[in-house]
Amino acid sequence: MFRTLAAASLALAIAAPVLANEGAIKARQGQFQMLALNLSVLGGMAQGRVPYDAARAQEAADNLFHLTRNSQLGMWPEGSDNAAAAGTRALPVIWSNNADFLANYAALQTAAAAMQAAAGTDLAALQGALGAVGGTCQTCHQGFRAP
Amino acid sequence: MGWLARTGLAGAALAGLGLAAVWGVSLPATLPQPVRTALATHAASPEAGERIFWAAGCAGCHAAPGLTMQSPVAERLVLSGGRRLVSDFGTFVAPNISTHPEAGIGAWRLDQFAAALLLGVAPDGSHYYPAFPWTSYARMTPADVADLWAFWQTLPADATPSVDHELAFPLTLRRGIGLWKALHLNPGFVIPAPADPAALRGRYLVEALAHCGECHTPRDATGGLDAARWLQGAPNPSGQGRIPPIPHPAWSAEDIEAYLFSGFTPAFDVVGGSMADVVAHMARLPAQDRADIAAYLIALRASPSR
Repeated sequence: MFRTLAAASLALAIAAPVLANEGAIKARQGQFQMLALNLSVLGGMAQGRVPYDAARAQEAADNLFHLTRNSQLGMWPEGSDNAAAAGTRALPVIWSNNADFLANYAALQTAAAAMQAAAGTDLAALQGALGAVGGTCQTCHQGFRAP
Repeated sequence: MGWLARTGLAGAALAGLGLAAVWGVSLPATLPQPVRTALATHAASPEAGERIFWAAGCAGCHAAPGLTMQSPVAERLVLSGGRRLVSDFGTFVAPNISTHPEAGIGAWRLDQFAAALLLGVAPDGSHYYPAFPWTSYARMTPADVADLWAFWQTLPADATPSVDHELAFPLTLRRGIGLWKALHLNPGFVIPAPADPAALRGRYLVEALAHCGECHTPRDATGGLDAARWLQGAPNPSGQGRIPPIPHPAWSAEDIEAYLFSGFTPAFDVVGGSMADVVAHMARLPAQDRADIAAYLIALRASPSR
């Protein structure tokens, strides 16, 4: 009886952080999917696949701006990298070289602010701002995400 | 002489023959005369060579480590080496191939450059490891090699010394690569010639220059590409995650072109990993080249081999 209880509480003690990490992984992936959804509105116009619409472009750029101002509280717990957890491509280097990771995120915030200022002006301004947004995404995916 | 001695002698003779065969098979090849003639007679153009440079992705391994998508393009033209390619066979470190006469390949002749690309053979006659994708470049035309070499002459010299690969014995014996070549070096194309001229040009870009198969095709136990599973995706040689099959089953030709130009997937995820360098290079090609690559990949997806 005691042994069963001990085993059960040990299993709980191991499972609890795993479950917490699963939630964090889902939350940050949801955050990036929302970024992608709004980026698809801007990118679709930039690539000429859908006509430029200043109001829609501004709305997407506003979302992009606010999404990148969302605090990352609780989204990156230790042990939620792809070596320790399933269902994530987040590389351990995010934690081992956290300063670079944060600098990249700050660059995305800057690019999103520039996009917010440009998207509603005209198509050329939107296209001009998109390169920097995509560039910051690429830089981070290059070093911090597994293929 | 008893039978034991005779068998022993015959065995020794056989072993000797076997050794001689291994010695012969592993001997580094030399350029055939028609290739030498084509190299020597082509009116080489550095402008044409720049297109070959970006399509072949030389900078993807030989530019300095740590470049990002926002790095100025001039930094991708400094081929100082130093990037590490981790594999099951050990770690390969890309050498300096800048125009520096001692640290790089500035003192080479065109035919030596061609032997490196088309045969995987160094000027001293030794074999290069297939981490250097001569396995794909072997399909290049001599004219493109000559144009690329003409462009090379416009690139800067860099004095950074090359670093040794980190390999374990017996892989340190380069002569063994000769046997590997006998098994795996195929200068023919993998996919039969497509009827569509765009897809045919795309085949040359994909299978010869861009060497897509080197990562996107799985390898067998000896490290050779498994042509039966051509571009069907593979474990990442560096250990993290998987290299996806190409083309993506749901992508259109337009999606592939947009991705190779901007790095945006149709769902506006953004390219990462070593593919980010590939996109940085592909974006510098004429749009027609990206359209030709897309035509080849779409034709491949529709072919019976899929």
